[in-house]
Amino acid sequence: MFWPIFLRVITSGDLWQASLQFAALLLLPALGGVISERSGVVNIAMEGMMLIGCYVGVVVTLASHSVLVGLLAAIVAGGLLALVHGVVSIHLKADQIISGIAINVAALGLTNYLNIVQTGGQGIPTLASNLRLPVLNWGPLAQLPFLGQVLFQQNVVFYVTIVILVGLQFLLFRTNLGLRIRAVGEHPQAADTAGVSVRLIRYACVVASGLLSGLAGAFLALGVAGTFNSNMTAGRGFIALAAVVFGKYTPLGAAGACLIFGLGLALSVRLQDTGIDSNLLATLPYILTIIALIGLVGRTVAPAADGVPYEPGSAE
Amino acid sequence: MHEQDKAPLAQAASPDLAASPYAVEMRDICKAWPGVVANDHVNLRVRRGEIHALVGENGAGKTTLMNILYGLVRPDSGEIYINGERVHISGPRDAIRLHIGMVHQHFMLIPPLTVAENIVLGQEPGGPLAVYDRRRARELVLQLSARYGLPIDPDTRIEKLSVGLQQRVEILKALYRAADILILDEPTGVLTPQETYELFDVLRALSRQGKTVIFITHKLREVLDLTDRVTVLRRGRNVGELVTREANQAEIARLMVGREVLLRVEKRPARPGPVVLRVENLHASSDRGLEALQGVSFEVHAGEILGIAGVEGNGQSELVEVLSGMRRATAGRVTVTHASGQQIGKTYDITSMNAREVRLVGVAHIPEDRRGSGLVLSDTIESNTILGRERWPRFAWARFILRLGEVALWARRLVREFDVRTPSTRLPVRALSGGNQQKVIVAREFAADPQLLIAAQPTRGVDIGAIEFIHRRLVEQRDAGKAILLVSAELDEIRSLSDRIAVMYEGRIVDIVTPEASEEELGLLMTGGRPSGASREEEAQTTGDLGA
Repeated sequence: MFWPIFLRVITSGDLWQASLQFAALLLLPALGGVISERSGVVNIAMEGMMLIGCYVGVVVTLASHSVLVGLLAAIVAGGLLALVHGVVSIHLKADQIISGIAINVAALGLTNYLNIVQTGGQGIPTLASNLRLPVLNWGPLAQLPFLGQVLFQQNVVFYVTIVILVGLQFLLFRTNLGLRIRAVGEHPQAADTAGVSVRLIRYACVVASGLLSGLAGAFLALGVAGTFNSNMTAGRGFIALAAVVFGKYTPLGAAGACLIFGLGLALSVRLQDTGIDSNLLATLPYILTIIALIGLVGRTVAPAADGVPYEPGSAE
Repeated sequence: MHEQDKAPLAQAASPDLAASPYAVEMRDICKAWPGVVANDHVNLRVRRGEIHALVGENGAGKTTLMNILYGLVRPDSGEIYINGERVHISGPRDAIRLHIGMVHQHFMLIPPLTVAENIVLGQEPGGPLAVYDRRRARELVLQLSARYGLPIDPDTRIEKLSVGLQQRVEILKALYRAADILILDEPTGVLTPQETYELFDVLRALSRQGKTVIFITHKLREVLDLTDRVTVLRRGRNVGELVTREANQAEIARLMVGREVLLRVEKRPARPGPVVLRVENLHASSDRGLEALQGVSFEVHAGEILGIAGVEGNGQSELVEVLSGMRRATAGRVTVTHASGQQIGKTYDITSMNAREVRLVGVAHIPEDRRGSGLVLSDTIESNTILGRERWPRFAWARFILRLGEVALWARRLVREFDVRTPSTRLPVRALSGGNQQKVIVAREFAADPQLLIAAQPTRGVDIGAIEFIHRRLVEQRDAGKAILLVSAELDEIRSLSDRIAVMYEGRIVDIVTPEASEEELGLLMTGGRPSGASREEEAQTTGDLGA
């Protein structure tokens, strides 16, 4: 009973299309994580930034009747929340984990509260299709068997994600700015004494992680779900965090990790016909995450100064 | 030390070079940290093209003053003039713009990046948004290295370079930023004697090319060898400005410490007893999994000090860790034999004992990392004086409940006997100066009445007064019949205290020589060379290196 269904599922375009979509959803916050941690600021608040992105995206889209405005608002909202994390961890030199937890909890509470207050507990209605982020039309390419469905019937944000992925990999490892970012994350004193502004780089990278998470939120709410539900990110920001580590703090590595996790998520949805308990299946991606972290990666080395606030010229 | 001509602020009006011969002038610099005054109206005047020594004990405020000049620390008050012009330096970027470069005591290099990447960082060809131009960066570094005669491979990663070469990269980094004023903060602490001579040659050449060098040190010999003028600081204040040619070591030392200092340790010839520590063909791995000890063998007798000399990172740390039970040996054998006078007692195999067991058989250990493994910094002096002995019946009922009254009495006794300067034994150790912290460790370890004392870098970061004290105590312990293993990166310390000197290089003991061996000879051994006709020791069987 299990194997025939399994084979059918694994060879279907549906599964792979969903895998790639889920992977892209994870990859955006993961890329945010990569850039933030590379600059030496631990960011575990991608979950909260994404959730804010979801909420603000939907609300602004409904208010402005423009999905584009909603999208921009979601990105800005994520960036603003990241700025809070930046001020707390770069300027005030507070513990970055605590700040991240606080942001996650606050984002969850805030979106729930506003959602209830605003709709009187009714919940936000589903968006009309013209208020959603569209699937990009590739014309004849979309008609290709299998590949057409998997690669050419994806949401527009999916393709944006791939562009960002390639761009970020290039930025970090092939440009002068990337050299500075890595230097700041490895040894901020060295970067500072060489004339690189540690603060500027760290702020920029943290805010970038928020922008990317906000974009991921918009993707989820405006592209995939078409509405806002309480806690709709459901831990994606945390899986993205695991992908950052699993991917050894590189964009391409994180993308590989997200593909695996995306496949896990898609499988957990599609395999429900096999009679395996759906609650059990829902744990699959998370179990994959743990296995990936302990088994496959070996030792990943975080940037040396990751999570350490920079204190210029401390006492002798 | 105040200047005659208290020039008004409008110094910039007369940019005449003859009128202001100083490349750097710092006036009335004040900087206080919470609880410490690091700089108290300090003045510094450095002429263009000279090599200027800034000397003082640890905590005298040298590094703070230079960090102010480099923009890493903001002064509370005071004025800075560069080439006669009043300037405000609010960050390293300002300093770089003023052509000031600094080689920090702890190198500001990023280990996983290449030499070229480290050098051009922040001023990469093409600007921040351009693609990193590897070829151009390489070219620039090679040009620079040819121009100043400082050869280096631009494509090597920093983590693969020796400390001497890393320092060269630091100097190149400053020169790449067109530094005319070069600050070096204790640059010789990590170098072999040969590397030090090379560095001096480089600095002399730079000074001939018109560069101004500020050289921070507390080693008086270097001051006399290298520099033109000296500024001496003590406890954050100026105490002297001398022309090097007219000064001598004793004078500078007296200014630094504020009293006459005995620069040489007084000791009688050793009267060695039976062998206490025997190390046979010891192997061990480093944290990175490399073979840090490759067959080390030696012996230490009761009543003698065996010094281990070597450039840091040649296995000394691992050796001490294995001997003190903090690291597992992969092969070989270590035994400790109790001895009293000429009588031989029981022998213990400590090869695979843990740190607690090693201490129980009579080994005391002054670790090289005072703050990391020697003390619990946030704990009180009282607690720190019983670390590792907290289960003794004297300090605990049923090995479990501390007898705090006893502990307090014990701590007060040690503080008195070892001259730890503190208002109370209830203070956290963190509140003490480096020298007094070290005295707490020395007190605790000596008070255990050990058979063998392992002292690793016992005077690192400690002021001259405390160094004198610790050296005297080590010799006392030797004369009381203890076996002492001294590991130090300070060649002067090794030579003045040791009765025999073992030189370590790449995980082996390359030779064991007498303390009369010349510095050149030791330096050569430390870098793997073997001098011809070196004065070997008679006990040939102890010259390890069975592995090769």
